[in-house]
Amino acid sequence: MPRLLTGNRLETGDVIWWTGDGWSLHLNDAVAVDDGGEALIAQFSPQERINDLALIDVDPAPGGWRPRTTRERVRAVGPSVRPDFALPSLPVDAI
Amino acid sequence: MYRYDEYDQAIVDARVAEFRDQVARRLNNEISEEAFKPLRLMNGLYLQLHAYMLRVAIPYGTLDSRQLRMLAHIARRYDRGYGHFTTRQNIQYNWIKLEETPDLLADLASVEMHAFQTSGNCIRNISSDQFAAAAADEIADPRPYAELLRQWSTLHPEFSFLPRKFKIAVTGSATDRAAIQLHDIGLQLVHGPGGEIGLKVLVGGGMGRTPMLAHVIREFLPVADYLGYMEAILRVYNRHGRRDNIYKARIKILVNDLGPAEFAAQVEAEWAQLKPLGLDPPPSELARIAAHFAPPVLAADAPVDIDLSNPEFANWVAVNTHPHKVPGHAIVTISLKAPGEIPGDASADQMDLIADLAQAHAGDEIRVTHAQNLVLPHVRRDALFTIWQALHAAGLATANLDRASDIISCPGLDYCTLANARSIPIAQKLAVRLARQEADLGELKIKISGCINGCGHHHAGHVGILGVDRKGEENYQLLLGGSGAEDASLARILGPGFDEDGIVAAVDKVIGRYMTLRAGPDERFLDTYRRVGAEPFKEAVYG
Amino acid sequence: MADNLAPLASREGPEPGHLFRLRRDPEHTAPAVPLADYPAGGTAVLLAPGDDARLLIPHLGALRRIDIAFPKFREGRGFSAARILREAGFAHEIRAVGVLTVDQLAFLVRAGFDAVLPATPFDPGVAQAVLARFPHVYMKAADAARPVWLLRQERALATPH
Repeated sequence: MPRLLTGNRLETGDVIWWTGDGWSLHLNDAVAVDDGGEALIAQFSPQERINDLALIDVDPAPGGWRPRTTRERVRAVGPSVRPDFALPSLPVDAI
Repeated sequence: MYRYDEYDQAIVDARVAEFRDQVARRLNNEISEEAFKPLRLMNGLYLQLHAYMLRVAIPYGTLDSRQLRMLAHIARRYDRGYGHFTTRQNIQYNWIKLEETPDLLADLASVEMHAFQTSGNCIRNISSDQFAAAAADEIADPRPYAELLRQWSTLHPEFSFLPRKFKIAVTGSATDRAAIQLHDIGLQLVHGPGGEIGLKVLVGGGMGRTPMLAHVIREFLPVADYLGYMEAILRVYNRHGRRDNIYKARIKILVNDLGPAEFAAQVEAEWAQLKPLGLDPPPSELARIAAHFAPPVLAADAPVDIDLSNPEFANWVAVNTHPHKVPGHAIVTISLKAPGEIPGDASADQMDLIADLAQAHAGDEIRVTHAQNLVLPHVRRDALFTIWQALHAAGLATANLDRASDIISCPGLDYCTLANARSIPIAQKLAVRLARQEADLGELKIKISGCINGCGHHHAGHVGILGVDRKGEENYQLLLGGSGAEDASLARILGPGFDEDGIVAAVDKVIGRYMTLRAGPDERFLDTYRRVGAEPFKEAVYG
Repeated sequence: MADNLAPLASREGPEPGHLFRLRRDPEHTAPAVPLADYPAGGTAVLLAPGDDARLLIPHLGALRRIDIAFPKFREGRGFSAARILREAGFAHEIRAVGVLTVDQLAFLVRAGFDAVLPATPFDPGVAQAVLARFPHVYMKAADAARPVWLLRQERALATPH
């Protein structure tokens, strides 16, 4: 199954996704890193600029990805109880 | 209420400077995240699912209007226009940026507030009775005793790296609104044989993974020995509490392993060692602090009878106000639980409004309750209608105190990295569902946690709900029969768990059965449960 | 956290050059003996976190240095051990040894330590800033700092009524 690389930006705490050549706030900009994920974590960890680097499991979805766990869907979109803050990668009611 | 002198202010200002320096070292990569994490946690700064979360201390849940306005300012300036009042009488902000935190803390310090020890394995914010100095049933205002503890525990050199976090609650009343039986240390002001005030000391209560009720280890502690005795308890815990297993590191495990009598004996032995050191301040220090808490001068001839011809207003007065010790006055609880809204959340505009009302009508004081509501403690009854109208216009006049829709809920998986399941949506659905019949149900305390840590106090709920992870799916266990009040008890799991819709239906069935079982309209759900036991409810839910 | 970020010395043991010492007297350099092997009359001993510091009280006259181990960050028993030894009157060096950060320095000093051998060395500038940070303290401890309640009392007594 596809895996994505995610973390939180040190300065702001923002949830960010690895796009292949940088980081995006949007889940649907992410690229599948699959077996290259561990090497990316080994590359970024020592730089100490992104916290809680992790690889998460996703399924392909229309326009992008659907994380497999509720936790990661909430992380990608925002609190399910505040649709006014929701990021657009997934519909809030699909959390 | 307490005001800082130059010593208090200098300590808080130094803490802001210290954290500014620590943040700068982290942002410059002088220190790693591994090294920085415990430093930020000691200042209440967590990294949650979406951003940093800052927990700001509200000592013993007391604020003045200037402080509440600052909390509103912080919500607007550094967050997204709202904050979340917690079951520890604190406030949390959900969208904080690390790089802005030092400025935020400087703003807080300008109104004598801070985030000291709102996380970490140290003595946390001291909690207390939200009706302090207003309730008719108290021996004395517990807050001077809590402020003594706040100062004693702030940056304590021996007790800042305990086996686990440590929570203390103080109450001045036999009616327990501070859940003292569910704290690491619970303190109750009591009269000694000569009528003098002292403290009854309870140790080893708590919720979380292994819920336990506290044990009384001393019936009467003279005030003169107060801090020395606390020091002895903490030293026994720091030396002998378990450090090999984070789930067995709270003091309740030590008290249980040793037995309360042996634990008490060890405290007495340690206390004998500490007594000659003169760790307690002189009585003048308690008197100095207590003078700050002198209640506002209230007119004893304020009218008791007021116009209750507006039925909605009359209902709110009946449900959300308590008698004040001074005739013609009331204690107002402002519900932050409008059905369908997020329990404990308040917008910056709502905070400003409540600050205005407190300044105009309530002796300039606001209290935060462990049930995530706000209190105006000193209100003339003839001002109630004006207050109600203002609250009503702001969506803050929900008349549901201690009723089915007044639900305690932790942030759950919508915000928290520790959570296994969402809590808030369950609270919202239940509140909307139960609001119509709650007047018939009477007192019913529903408490929801999104993980075993129990920030939503599910073990103390008449009805408790615990969110768990079951093979990647959110699942909810139903518990019945808990209480955090003077009749404290721990709720027990009824049976197998449910999904989101299932738990709402199950609570509905429990309530339906209660309505057929209760002995009369005055028998609370909790009393019915205690009388008939779990079986009839099990049958209603699973039968 | 990636392994290459773990403090180097936590794998290799503290380097003597890391010693941060606040005493002016000459360092007592005898190797510290674990408590279990301590011979009566020995001058340097090492307390592990679970050791009872009070067992040393009969030996305080002979001891010149007591090392207290902090094998991990989550270890806090040594703060009580140091303070107990100071309360018993020990005036020679008490050295904290192990996984300790410069930001803990003020806590250590107030608990009675006057030397630290950290797993990774302290930046001397940061250490000075940490020690100078707080102008007042709220409670008595093992150092000479006077709590604010005492300062308040003195000020009240000095103010004519």
